[in-house]
Amino acid sequence: MVKIASTFGRSGTHDFVLLRAAAVVMAAYTIFLVVWFLCNPGFGYNEWITLYSHLSMKIFTLLTLTGLLIHGWIGIWQVLTDYVKKSLLRGVIQYIVVLALLVYWFTGLFVLWGI
Amino acid sequence: MNQIKTQGVIVIVYLARYTCEHKFQQCFQIRQTVVKKQRPVNLDLSTMSLPPAAISSILHRVSGVIMLVLVGLLVWLLAKSLSSPQGFAEAQAIFQHPVVKFLVWGFLAALGYHLLAGIRHIFMDLGFGEEKESGRTTAIAAIVGGVILAVLAGVWLW
Repeated sequence: MVKIASTFGRSGTHDFVLLRAAAVVMAAYTIFLVVWFLCNPGFGYNEWITLYSHLSMKIFTLLTLTGLLIHGWIGIWQVLTDYVKKSLLRGVIQYIVVLALLVYWFTGLFVLWGI
Repeated sequence: MNQIKTQGVIVIVYLARYTCEHKFQQCFQIRQTVVKKQRPVNLDLSTMSLPPAAISSILHRVSGVIMLVLVGLLVWLLAKSLSSPQGFAEAQAIFQHPVVKFLVWGFLAALGYHLLAGIRHIFMDLGFGEEKESGRTTAIAAIVGGVILAVLAGVWLW
């Protein structure tokens, strides 16, 4: 049984706000990238590296990966606590997902650092 | 009907045993109200038909979990494509592989729906479209919109 109503934030309300705050950032990034792809059909390495070498794009990308970490962490917790009743299994899956999310975040950090 | 009645009785017995330890009067009052409020207990989801809002909700979860896995592929492709011109060419070649392309389409389809259902959620949080009928309408709209976006993503990729 799950007795605590929050996972990433300090409370259930904090989780609620964090989930939505992260969602808005990721939605903005998605819309931005889709528009960029539509405006640059058949883009090559030069256009691509120019886009990601802007400081603002690096910040936007890392903000989005931070949003992904928070949103994915809370989201998978909500799904797991509803469907996986075995505490050990739920804990293991949560652990793997959070590790994966941290790997995504650090990959983004070091890739963008080097550009 | 029998089962419902039985469950009602179980509740009474349970509450009675619990409260009788403290107050006899309270015990009597609870017995009366519980008998009046015999409600059907049915949480076997397989016996229920899911309304559009429920389908919308479960799809929101499924699409989220799909993206949680597939976004790893995209982060890997991003890292590769930004490493060098050779890396960019390699990432392009990987992207052209039918399986990878299908997975990217799967991600985009999930993203399109998840985004629409998420926008629906935020509007409901703000107090719009919370009624039964409007909730049903927006759930259907989100699902139909998700299908349209999935088709558009497919046209874009192939």
